[in-house]
Amino acid sequence: MDRISQLLNDVSATLSSSYMQYLVGAGKTILLAVIATAVGCIIGLACGILQTIPSEKDDNPVKRAVLFVIRAIIRIYVEVFRGTPMILQAVFIYFGIPYFFGNGARLDITFAAYLVVSINTGAYMAETVRGGILSIDPGQTEGAKAIGMNHFKTMTSVILPQTIRNIIPQIGNNLIINIKDTSVMFIIGYTELFAVHKAIVGAKFIYFPSAVIEMAMYLCMTVICSVLLRFWEKKLDGPQNFDIATTDTLALTSGMNTYIKKNKREDIHR
Amino acid sequence: MSETILEINHLSKFFGKHEVLTDIDFSVDTGDVTSIIGASGSGKSTLLRCINLLETPTSGEIIYRGPNIKKIKGGAPAYRTKVGMVFQSFNLFNNMTVLKNCMVGQTKVLHRSKEEAKKEAMKYLEKVGMAPYINAKPRQLSGGQKQRVAIARALAMNPDILLFDEPTSALDPEMVGEVLNVMRTLAKEGTTMLVVTHEMAFARDVSNKVVYMNGGVILEQGTPEEVFGNPQHKETVDFLARFRN
Repeated sequence: MDRISQLLNDVSATLSSSYMQYLVGAGKTILLAVIATAVGCIIGLACGILQTIPSEKDDNPVKRAVLFVIRAIIRIYVEVFRGTPMILQAVFIYFGIPYFFGNGARLDITFAAYLVVSINTGAYMAETVRGGILSIDPGQTEGAKAIGMNHFKTMTSVILPQTIRNIIPQIGNNLIINIKDTSVMFIIGYTELFAVHKAIVGAKFIYFPSAVIEMAMYLCMTVICSVLLRFWEKKLDGPQNFDIATTDTLALTSGMNTYIKKNKREDIHR
Repeated sequence: MSETILEINHLSKFFGKHEVLTDIDFSVDTGDVTSIIGASGSGKSTLLRCINLLETPTSGEIIYRGPNIKKIKGGAPAYRTKVGMVFQSFNLFNNMTVLKNCMVGQTKVLHRSKEEAKKEAMKYLEKVGMAPYINAKPRQLSGGQKQRVAIARALAMNPDILLFDEPTSALDPEMVGEVLNVMRTLAKEGTTMLVVTHEMAFARDVSNKVVYMNGGVILEQGTPEEVFGNPQHKETVDFLARFRN
């Protein structure tokens, strides 16, 4: 008990002196994670559209060559950025560019952080979207083609909206991983939540209480995000029931109707 | 006056080394209701899918109002807007309501305005008796209802010819009737239709041309009276006998 009340004291002391730093750190973390995940999704969806362009044997050779190159580039992108640690990717981009082109070419720290996390997430999302597209019944594509849609329209109107619905759990995974893993951006000096911890610990010599604060803040952010994603998922599913669009009141007694607003029901019986 | 809309010359299709369609020849005139009958695996559906270019024919040509469809400006998508298709498994867009299903092709492909597309969609949804359900999603409908929406979706594009790929095969028996009734109405109104079906009564009573396929070739074609009344081949006789009893 003694140690626990001691801990609570230390935590509140740390908080009262540096709560602004923690909040700013948390804000930077969540902003980086959310925006980079969103950009990553866009990259992933774009890769999904490009990867699934059908190429057939009797297409002209130029088109087939271009498609081959596009697929190769996406493949290499995915393998390289999924297959190397994000922390090293940050080093390569932030320190590698000035190494070759001089200090003038050094990227802004914030921009570099957003860039690295976005590209990294995009590599994962490209595979997630590919899996999502494969999970959609081929009949949906055929239905779209049969009314004359080209590949792009088929994808944007029919396939991707359904894909997005199906991959939300995976988008959530990526978002939560990003909230936690953006901490590696300290390597290029980006001061998000974990960097705040290191700074405060260095100044005040209280290690564990600050870690407790960090834990609680990370958990809060991830839980809130997953609740919001669930909510979005439900919203995309649309309402469970539908209203019969007719003035014929007998239609409502057909048993097909599952939901009538209460006042409407009274109207009918009047 | 009927003119030839669609002409299929020497069409064949291989899946790998397996020949599914051999040297198919036939034509469709405006107002024709052609039924393609035959046992499962005889290539009926593949033929229909080749006509809509969902499968690429290995050889032969498909001629649509003059030019070979390979030369049509805008390629396969442009051609497909003229040739509607109704699938065995409906293939309604699951992410859209009934109304949206019937509008999306008109707005995205034919570039009609929203109001015009809605008017056109409602016209055909009323025709198939699905107007009250415009706010429903496909998963909330029965099979027969889905198929009627699918027919409205195809009609809303104002195609020259409508292809039906076993439209009633995935339906419970009590729902077959409602879909066939819609198709009968369309036939009466002079819609050009090409129907792959196992409904012999429909083939005999509604269509004016019957094509019997067996083993990837057209074994017999002619009026329903000719094919049903006086079949020339033993296979046709055997096939029809199975439906008589």
